[in-house]
Amino acid sequence: MNISTENRNGKTILGLKEERLDAHNSGELKDYILKLLEDGHTRLVIDLSGVRFIDSSGLGALLSGYKNATLRSGSFVLAGLQPRVQSMFELTRLHRVFDIYPSLGEVPDSN
Amino acid sequence: MGGETDIINVEIVVPNQTRYLSLIGNIAEQVAKTLDVYTGDRDALAYHLNLVLTEAMVNAIQHAAAGDADKTVRVCMRIRDKDLRIFVYDHGQGFDLNAVPPPNLDALNERGRGIFFMRTFMDWVSYRKADNGNVLEMYKKLA
Repeated sequence: MNISTENRNGKTILGLKEERLDAHNSGELKDYILKLLEDGHTRLVIDLSGVRFIDSSGLGALLSGYKNATLRSGSFVLAGLQPRVQSMFELTRLHRVFDIYPSLGEVPDSN
Repeated sequence: MGGETDIINVEIVVPNQTRYLSLIGNIAEQVAKTLDVYTGDRDALAYHLNLVLTEAMVNAIQHAAAGDADKTVRVCMRIRDKDLRIFVYDHGQGFDLNAVPPPNLDALNERGRGIFFMRTFMDWVSYRKADNGNVLEMYKKLA
């Protein structure tokens, strides 16, 4: 899976450079996030602006990241959701679980 | 494409691997975007067909054939006028679709939303024995 990582103001920003987040690559994302958390990167921002399609496995990988970050008293924020991707979060009510911001630039420093 | 009646038959056989999900999903999107009979939001339909086919294929790959890369998954899309039928065949042991409960959307389970998506975006879903294996069929009336 093509992921860029950048540290900014104490946060680690993951840019997902994939059009689809599905059962083919979600396992890799889940492992990648877990490794970052284990290495002490506990304030994560996931930039989903390049992701056009997400399935149930993709949602599951992000939920895994959220739960593991919370266990470590960290933060796990999503940014840049495209409208159809956002609608999947709303249908499954996961928009109530995640902190979601329209773009990376709108994620407050406190997250 | 033309006239009031769309007749489309698409049949695809791919190896039993998740790397082919995008191929099948993209074909479903292209079919949705060409449907003359559909008067709703074709972009939304395209996403939903991509999604339900992706979920059905993942079920066939991961559960039904236990990731056996030598096996194949057969997918058929059939459109007759306003009737859209999708069939996904597998060679596994099968499962009882009616025993799959709706997910508890307030619980933070990492799995269990695939069949929910199929039931949400299609009019009905069935799963039964067929062709030395099983077939998951999804039906949608195109309005």
